[in-house]
Amino acid sequence: MSAVPNRPSARTAVPPKRTVRQPFDWTGLLFALGLTLVIVVPLLVVGTWAFTEVWRYPSLIPQQFGLRFWSQTLARADVWNALFLSLRLTTVVTVLSAIICLPAAYAFARLSFPGRNLLFLSFLASHAFPKFGLLVAIAGIFLHVGLIATFWGVVLIQLVSTLMLMIWVPVSAFQAVDRRMEEAARDAGAGPLRVFWSITLPQAGPTIFAAMLMTFVNTFYETEGAWLIGAPQIRTMPVLMISFINNQLVVQYGAVLSVMLWVPSLLALIFARRAVGTGAFARGFGA
Amino acid sequence: MARLTIRNICKSFGSGFAVNDVSLDVENGELVCLLGPSGSGKSTLLRMIGGFERPSAGEILIDGRDITHLPPERRPTGMVFQSHALWTHWTVFDNIAFGLKLRRLPRADIREKVEQALAMVGLADYGQRMTTQLSGGQQQRVALARSLVLEPKILLLDEPFASLDQHLRERLRDEVKDIQSRLGITTLFVTHGQDEALALADRIVVMRDGVMEQVAPPDVIYRAPQTEFVAGFIGSMNFLRADVEDGVARHDDLTLPLPIADGPVILGIRPEAMSLTPSERPRAGKVHRLIDFGTHKLIDIDLTDGTRIKCMAGPDARAPRGLRVELGVSAFHAFRDGRQVYQTTSDLEATERSMSHA
Repeated sequence: MSAVPNRPSARTAVPPKRTVRQPFDWTGLLFALGLTLVIVVPLLVVGTWAFTEVWRYPSLIPQQFGLRFWSQTLARADVWNALFLSLRLTTVVTVLSAIICLPAAYAFARLSFPGRNLLFLSFLASHAFPKFGLLVAIAGIFLHVGLIATFWGVVLIQLVSTLMLMIWVPVSAFQAVDRRMEEAARDAGAGPLRVFWSITLPQAGPTIFAAMLMTFVNTFYETEGAWLIGAPQIRTMPVLMISFINNQLVVQYGAVLSVMLWVPSLLALIFARRAVGTGAFARGFGA
Repeated sequence: MARLTIRNICKSFGSGFAVNDVSLDVENGELVCLLGPSGSGKSTLLRMIGGFERPSAGEILIDGRDITHLPPERRPTGMVFQSHALWTHWTVFDNIAFGLKLRRLPRADIREKVEQALAMVGLADYGQRMTTQLSGGQQQRVALARSLVLEPKILLLDEPFASLDQHLRERLRDEVKDIQSRLGITTLFVTHGQDEALALADRIVVMRDGVMEQVAPPDVIYRAPQTEFVAGFIGSMNFLRADVEDGVARHDDLTLPLPIADGPVILGIRPEAMSLTPSERPRAGKVHRLIDFGTHKLIDIDLTDGTRIKCMAGPDARAPRGLRVELGVSAFHAFRDGRQVYQTTSDLEATERSMSHA
């Protein structure tokens, strides 16, 4: 043994170098370029407009950059009202949706009851028909019960669009939780509620969190329902942005607002990657 | 510590029975193995004792107290699952402490008990690891500690080693047996591996299609199987079709005295009860293959009626392929309609001796 040089770490640390070259991934590059063209370029244009004061055809770059339109936009009370209203609405909708959908999703995942499959499919129904037709019909009903142009009217209509995501994704999350884990917790002395709280929810947590985040972002950007039910009293950020774009000849107001609207989704995405990891989204969709 | 009584338990699924009228008494400190092929109802029976399945009929008593209708959290049973079912979002320590926290023990007591439990399964310094950082064997040890820390009256093990490799399985098996006998805890162990059952059990319950085929200590199960199924399931057994006429069983290659009524019979002969002698007879059995296990050799023989039988021989035995041989039998069993109807005395005596010991 003494004859063997006692340096195993030195030998294993440096693997023999291989000079095999990976063929260049042209397809990947092509896709990346295509995506950039379709997604990033329009965003860049809008982003540039938001910081532009003078930009006349045919110049490729604005003649004059500046924050004039930002200060003008941020000075408006209706912008701040819309922002806080949007945040309030979105939070209420997301929390309500979680309270309604998570227990329902657990029931779908773990219990069998008559009509289960039909009911499960019915959550697709809100997405199976042209949304605007559905909204108009609901608006008719809301008009009768006095929910038009109220906060809770908009909450209700936005709740409808969150149902599918908040049922379907958590159902697969709950189904992915090993039943034996829950049984082991029962065996250790926990009642059904305690098992749900201590075992099932944390196990399904990342995926459910991802679903809630997506619900939050989707609701924040939801426009048709908010406009149809909420107008004219309830004006959310996207609704305000549309009216800016429609009513003002100055492009910059709309651009500034849309850049402002990127912030929540960007934050959400960064947060999601940190807290959840990409796997949770995929698991939520049954991958 | 505790005595388990199962009375006429049935579990029906749709039209069939998963468990059909099973009654069993497990004595204080006894380790009983439920052994059977998959679908025999052994796991269902265990899950009914743990409270995870509701029996369709019958009752389950622990120390005379009826627990048939109690939910799992109110039963004095502890279960170890095949998939170990550790809570992966917690550390090892938290996994073991969960049940103690539910019982509202003081923090210091919890810490002490968890550390004792970890030491018992040989994982003293692993408390702060996440369960996913452990190997399969370590995970199963944690699962065992998690059950034992709650001091259950009955320990239920549902194929706990099935997902481990052979060496680890044997080591853990010995450890579990040591812990079990040290704590004197009444234990039910489900397995489909006969070697596991033979190594661990005080008594083995052989199950088939939801019915108990035989309940007996390992040596009796092996030496005096009551049914053809048990004989074939525990250890290896050669089965030969024969006809009895005037107290003699006749087969092409064998003639054995068999004092039972005339008619067809199935002979069961263990490989170690067979011997071979070279033969000139043209229709004698032919050696097909010889497998060397080091301690002994196993010779496969093709008989002219198409059956292949196994015969155990000493480590020095030689048998070239194609050699014609006559069979010699030192002990055998006879079965009719699946039940044993006769057994040669040498085996029975051995059995009776061991039974009087037990």
